[in-house]
Amino acid sequence: MSVGTGLSTRRLLAVALVVIALAIVPFFLSDYRTFQFTQAIIYAIVLLGLNILTGYNGQISLGHGAFYAIGAYTAAILMDRFGVPYWATLPVAGVVCFVFGFLFGLPALRLQGHYLALATFALAVATPQLLKYKRLEEWTGGVQGIVIMKPDPPFGLPLSQDRWLYLFTLVVAVALFVIAWNILRGRTGRALIALRDNPIAAEAMGVNGALYKSTAFGVSALYTGIGGALGAIAVQFVAPDSFAVFLSISFVVGIVVGGLATLSGAIYGALFIQFVPNFADQISKAAPWAIYGGVLLVFIYAMPGGVAWMLRSVSAKLLGR
Amino acid sequence: MLFVSFALNAFDVLTTHKNPMEALLHQILSGLSAGGIYASLALALVMIYQSTHHINFAQGEMAMFSTYLAWTFIDAGFPYWAAFVLTLAISFVAGVVIERIVIRPVEHAPVLSVVIVFIALLVILNSIAGWIYSYTIKSFPTPFTGDFLPRNPYMSPHEMGTIGVTFVVLILLYAFFRFTPLGLAMRAAAQNPVSSRLAGIRVGWMLALGWGLAATIGAVAGMMIAPVVYLDPNMMSGVLLYAFAAALLGGIDNPFGAVLGGFIVGVAENLLGAYVIGTELKLTVALVLIVAVLLFKPSGFFGRVIVTRV
Repeated sequence: MSVGTGLSTRRLLAVALVVIALAIVPFFLSDYRTFQFTQAIIYAIVLLGLNILTGYNGQISLGHGAFYAIGAYTAAILMDRFGVPYWATLPVAGVVCFVFGFLFGLPALRLQGHYLALATFALAVATPQLLKYKRLEEWTGGVQGIVIMKPDPPFGLPLSQDRWLYLFTLVVAVALFVIAWNILRGRTGRALIALRDNPIAAEAMGVNGALYKSTAFGVSALYTGIGGALGAIAVQFVAPDSFAVFLSISFVVGIVVGGLATLSGAIYGALFIQFVPNFADQISKAAPWAIYGGVLLVFIYAMPGGVAWMLRSVSAKLLGR
Repeated sequence: MLFVSFALNAFDVLTTHKNPMEALLHQILSGLSAGGIYASLALALVMIYQSTHHINFAQGEMAMFSTYLAWTFIDAGFPYWAAFVLTLAISFVAGVVIERIVIRPVEHAPVLSVVIVFIALLVILNSIAGWIYSYTIKSFPTPFTGDFLPRNPYMSPHEMGTIGVTFVVLILLYAFFRFTPLGLAMRAAAQNPVSSRLAGIRVGWMLALGWGLAATIGAVAGMMIAPVVYLDPNMMSGVLLYAFAAALLGGIDNPFGAVLGGFIVGVAENLLGAYVIGTELKLTVALVLIVAVLLFKPSGFFGRVIVTRV
């Protein structure tokens, strides 16, 4: 579908320009705005992960907030308890979440459509309660959560903490996007899409459904976990109630608005879930969710392809192609 | 943000009942009372599942909204039972309207679209309730005071009343589907839409009617649970999870199974909470139960095993 086999020089140039622009942006913004953009990039990583699972592979997850929480807590506990440097927590969070995702993906193989949605929804609802569990309190800090320190820029670079974290997050995100692009444009991507569109035919063609589907779950959780770890570092705080069911739902909102089964959709979706609630909050505490719900309906009825497909058709018309 | 605590009841008993057998009996009975609520909500889920094979994620929020409506009427000075009946009527109409306007366009859409529409509905109802009524927790009255029900050491009047109401609902529904032409038409439309249409049944409207009934049953469940968990926009999420578990356990396409599942889940939840794991992991119990049923017996105790022709 959206995954090309290669990049034309022109597209490569365009992508490079966007990345450079993104790297310059924080120097024109306040620390607070920079922090918001960091958060948006983090969401983009998460949405990319969720899109690999739901968009490309057709497995509906309403519970990715749980993996985000696992990533965040992994990073926080490692930094708080073991003095691990912040950058080293990301691979650990990724691996931990991959294992959790893979394990959750194995039983999920037997579940399709509504049932998988149901199981993951239950996971999302139960997450805060699990994080508050008394026996784990020694590690998780219970209801209080864990406070961590924001990292200083290395080598005495003359950057504020927020700008440094923004650039660090951007580098991680670019690396993860390149990896996802490489996974999805080749054999693996085609196998995932085939399993989504016609599982029986795909298996008949020799695609190992069980392996691909549970690995997709694992990789998706890995992306989400790295996002969660970065999120914990950026916010400097983790607590059970920030990982309620509505976090998982906002991820779903993100991929639907951005565009299912598109890479760029993750970015549009992330900008949407980061900035729309900020504006809407000024009207009422309930307004962001009312808007989310309304926007979800509008997109499903009128623009099932999301912003990514909309932009694509607009640019195709403008360029006369 | 999620409080499903029948824990309060459990505490009362463990302290007031010296005799462990009495305490156990109380746990079982109050589990049956909670189970009745799960059974009702599970039944509402089955109603919608049977005819469209959709799992209504917004069922809990619909019930929550109905309960707020009831609160509004009671707050405005209506007598409890007048508010009760009025709420049921409005919920029924609202259920029909939601099916016609929101669900109809995605009736034959891919599963992902349907799930997202349900999630959108959940979010919208939740936020509108928060907008209108604020997120502060309100108390909700119970119509069952100790005056006309026999006092006993095992159950509170509200628990007895809840079980009574559940049985009335179940009997009415059974009678409706078994003995009325409309009930027969609805069952036919759910079982074989094509033939039903040929026989002159308006299948689309039967679906809408099913939604209306599901909303009504949900409203009853909401009003029965609200005095226990208190009224707030997120009050139903835990209850809904248990209703999912109940419906799956009994077989999500079998009404009787769902009701039985509700009672089993209610009692099991109470006993586990009181004696085994404590009340703080109740939602996790529901999660484990859901995943376990889906893994080992996806059709539940009484559901039909789905066979796919390749």
